[in-house]
Amino acid sequence: MELIQLSSWDLGISAALVCLLAALSWALQLGIGKQLIIAVLRSTVQLLILGMILKTLFAQTSLWLIALMTLVMLAVAGYEVMARQQRRFRGSWGYGLGTLSMFLSSFLITLLALTVVIGVHPWYQPQYLIPLLGMLLGNTMSGIAIALDNLTRNTWEQRQRIEAQLMLGHEWSQAIASIRRDALRSGLIPIINAMTTAGIVSLPGMMTGQILGGSPPMEAAKYQLMILFLIAAGSGLGSLTAIWAGSRRLFDERQRLRLDRLSKRKR
Amino acid sequence: MSSTLVIHNLHTDFLQETSFSLESRQCLGIHGDSGSGKTLLLRAIADLDVNSAHITLNGVPRERFSGAQWRRKVALLPADSQWWAERVGEHAQHWSLPQLKMLGFPEEILDWDTSRLSSGEKQRLAVARMLSNKPEVLLLDEPTANLDASNSRVVEKIVLEYLKQHPASAIWVSHDLKQLARVSSAQAQMHRGKLLMETS
Repeated sequence: MELIQLSSWDLGISAALVCLLAALSWALQLGIGKQLIIAVLRSTVQLLILGMILKTLFAQTSLWLIALMTLVMLAVAGYEVMARQQRRFRGSWGYGLGTLSMFLSSFLITLLALTVVIGVHPWYQPQYLIPLLGMLLGNTMSGIAIALDNLTRNTWEQRQRIEAQLMLGHEWSQAIASIRRDALRSGLIPIINAMTTAGIVSLPGMMTGQILGGSPPMEAAKYQLMILFLIAAGSGLGSLTAIWAGSRRLFDERQRLRLDRLSKRKR
Repeated sequence: MSSTLVIHNLHTDFLQETSFSLESRQCLGIHGDSGSGKTLLLRAIADLDVNSAHITLNGVPRERFSGAQWRRKVALLPADSQWWAERVGEHAQHWSLPQLKMLGFPEEILDWDTSRLSSGEKQRLAVARMLSNKPEVLLLDEPTANLDASNSRVVEKIVLEYLKQHPASAIWVSHDLKQLARVSSAQAQMHRGKLLMETS
């Protein structure tokens, strides 16, 4: 089975449907038509540019260009993690904590998948590397963002309880233990939910893509399973790193609770 | 065996430099307007806030202890106690049953749900919880502010009893000058971050 190519005419038909929706929105005065059109234009431009970039990347298989691309992906994901925090760490920790945790987990696991699990030659072949890393980064990003937000928010809210334990001579790790556990758990919930409903409620994105691309369904299922497991390991590892380093940062060398290292609440 | 707390050049971004020492079994009473830095002083001594000072306990500098070790020896009791676990008993490892009895509690109190406690019960239990660590210095931040007269007397009695039986000293912060006269042997006033010793 060959992939049926989409012509501009085909794309035009589906775009026309959205434009119809926008027209309806104007007629019904929903006030969302403008945003809808902007979203259509943005996604068109962004995906076409990505397509062009990947086309050159695939044609060249240059390690340096690929490295540059992955770093741009990481930088954007790191910014996104930071932007989702109500109270972020001040200074370079605000951006560095999430970014470094994602780098450690996503990059290591992608590397492992490429060399050991799939066994691609050369290992940095972009057809495999970029989509794999993209999926891992995207999911690890949500996990870490949720876990870190939970950690800092709950620490702030329960600061008196934490300090009461410190006053009684508890170690900092004891005083933050339950908050840390909750934060980690919350970071893992999205992927656990995704694995639980995979194949029943929704057909996962990668499997859909492979089936449309002509792969046998069993092969697509195996790839999808691998990805789900990698994502689970990646978000788990990433959240663990972020929570461990983040909770350490909330206390200083005298085991004082240092909430002054967090920024003010974002509106 | 005497236990002496020596504080030398303690200061923070709010507290002005202060130096004093506490002998074993001595209780220093501190009063002053709200916002004058009484709580901040106790927090700095317990090393809960960033501060710079040279502090020794029985000649051993504070830096020799970890933060947690230090706070087991130099205990801070705030006016509002916090209870994080479900049952009362989970909040300390070794409760002293005679002490609980003296505070007016049956032994079963340790199985009680913390949400059942009244604010007076909580504060009296907080005293027992703090003393269960056998601290050498007690930093009491308005410990009876939320208690009625009879409960306040019980807390005063327990603390004074503890100072009598253990080589420990205390700093007692209170608005109540009569109370300070009852419990402390020396008094000082806090004014805009400065500690002024009063000579009697």
